[in-house]
Amino acid sequence: MTVYVKGVVFDGVDFDDPNSWSIDAYIQRGGYAALKKIIAEGITQDAIIAELKTSSLRGRGGAGFPTGLKWSFMPRSFPGQKYLVCNTDEGEPGTFKDLDIIVNNPHALIEGMIIGGYAMGITVGYNYIHGEVFEAYERFEAALEEARRAGFLGDNILGSEFCFQLHAHHGYGAYICGEETALLESLEGKKGQPRFKPPFPASYGLYGKPTTINNTETFASVPYIVREGGQKFLELGKPNNGGTKLFSISGHVNRPGNYEIPLGTPFADLLEMAGGMRGGKKIKAVIPGGSSAPVLPGHIMMETTMDYDAIAKAGSMLGSGAVIVMDETVCMVKALRRLSYFYYEESCGQCTPCREGTGWLYRVVDRIERGLGRPEDLDLLESVGKNIAGRTICALGDAAVMPVQGMLKHFRDEFLHHIEHKKCLVPGF
Amino acid sequence: MMLTPESLAQIDREVAKYPADQKRSAVMSALRIAQVEKGWLSSDTIKFVAEYLGIAPMAAHEVATFYNMYDRAPVGKYKITVCTNLPCALSGGVDAGEYLQKKLGIHFNETTADGKFTLKEGECMGACGYAPVLLVNNHTMCNHMTPDAIDRKLAELN
Repeated sequence: MTVYVKGVVFDGVDFDDPNSWSIDAYIQRGGYAALKKIIAEGITQDAIIAELKTSSLRGRGGAGFPTGLKWSFMPRSFPGQKYLVCNTDEGEPGTFKDLDIIVNNPHALIEGMIIGGYAMGITVGYNYIHGEVFEAYERFEAALEEARRAGFLGDNILGSEFCFQLHAHHGYGAYICGEETALLESLEGKKGQPRFKPPFPASYGLYGKPTTINNTETFASVPYIVREGGQKFLELGKPNNGGTKLFSISGHVNRPGNYEIPLGTPFADLLEMAGGMRGGKKIKAVIPGGSSAPVLPGHIMMETTMDYDAIAKAGSMLGSGAVIVMDETVCMVKALRRLSYFYYEESCGQCTPCREGTGWLYRVVDRIERGLGRPEDLDLLESVGKNIAGRTICALGDAAVMPVQGMLKHFRDEFLHHIEHKKCLVPGF
Repeated sequence: MMLTPESLAQIDREVAKYPADQKRSAVMSALRIAQVEKGWLSSDTIKFVAEYLGIAPMAAHEVATFYNMYDRAPVGKYKITVCTNLPCALSGGVDAGEYLQKKLGIHFNETTADGKFTLKEGECMGACGYAPVLLVNNHTMCNHMTPDAIDRKLAELN
């Protein structure tokens, strides 16, 4: 189920048409017009980056970093090879938007990357695709072949001096590779273990060369911005939160799926689009930005709009836009146990606080769930969390701690009940 | 040769994606291609892939053991991985795992006596909106796997 309201990323895609992903269909709905305009009118690199800054497009992978600013960091005059990388290693529990893009509108991503290559003076790009979606990887490979045949990729694009090669790289099962420096290591054919930053990828990236990395949805938003102007994109959303955003809704709703809506849309409207609560049950809690975002009680969410600033103000983060909805039957101890297991399983093992700490978090939450919790366990969880957060090379450690902190902040009573009565306060999952 | 000419040709296509002095970048794809042909990755297969790419066997071994879709031990003809992470669990992922265990008469990480099915519990596959989700032999995603849909899938594989 995919719905778009004001289509940017999914502009004009017909989800019932099996050929809607193809280059012919994409061109028919205005695709590659932005690239043609750039080449025909000789639009400068600076003008494209300025347009992105006007749009206030922010990184759609989770961090929300301003894309125009990131692109301006690339040292364009660097004499050697530079690289452009797309992060389609989507494995944050709750997130399934980039899969939808590479399956249903892959050319929007390809065009966005070509424009990125042009704007930053880069001639080679890679798209790193999540391991578990092999069929989507094959679809993307097919789309690349179409773009090469049509002269949008390769040498002397559309008869200009500009050359850009783009390839797909298939992951094989490691959440950590969604972290940009782990992804670079993996692209180099190594274990996906994050690098220390600085140096940042803009100066030392793939094969040690300057590299810009963006999320799939970020790149796929670029053609619209170039075609329609940054101001128009900005006005779709709200100040500092320009444009539309894909929200992946999962959990206890009637119509889980991807919804592309303007940033700043009230959560209540999004929930209604997703068909409301399954079985008419009461909303209990929402994880608004993927499993790493702190959980928020339903009543807070019902008062919140879906944008970076509003969700941060409510005490969580917009992250990748993965909205996990839970109804009144969910035991929060059990929910946290599953998430804590995930981080324990996916820690790359490089930093001791994360490698050991995620195991501690999981084992303590697990014993509380099994009725073996001790009165001091909640303090222990907080203490372990403090010894992980901010003490690791990458953000996976922080990501493991945030769900624990969010749960203890808003649903502490449930954890205390578990410890005291050795059973769930609520019956369901 | 340890791999068929078809597999080697596939590996060559992957190698061509990277700079000539960075053949190592193709190791993930090469191991995947080798695993599809052999069913799993023995130490000999990993060594062969490493030598084919001109990298140290340990470099390939590190990759084969780091990423969880590589199988370092034989698996059944069909490896079924069920996502039980939170978003899937809220929509029947755990139930699908239990149903499969009952139906196949095995637990997670076991293989049926006839060598046909191996069952694994998986982490997020990036398809939470289509839960319950199964992955067959790493490459075929099956969405909305209710008990009826699981019955149909197993019958089809059988």
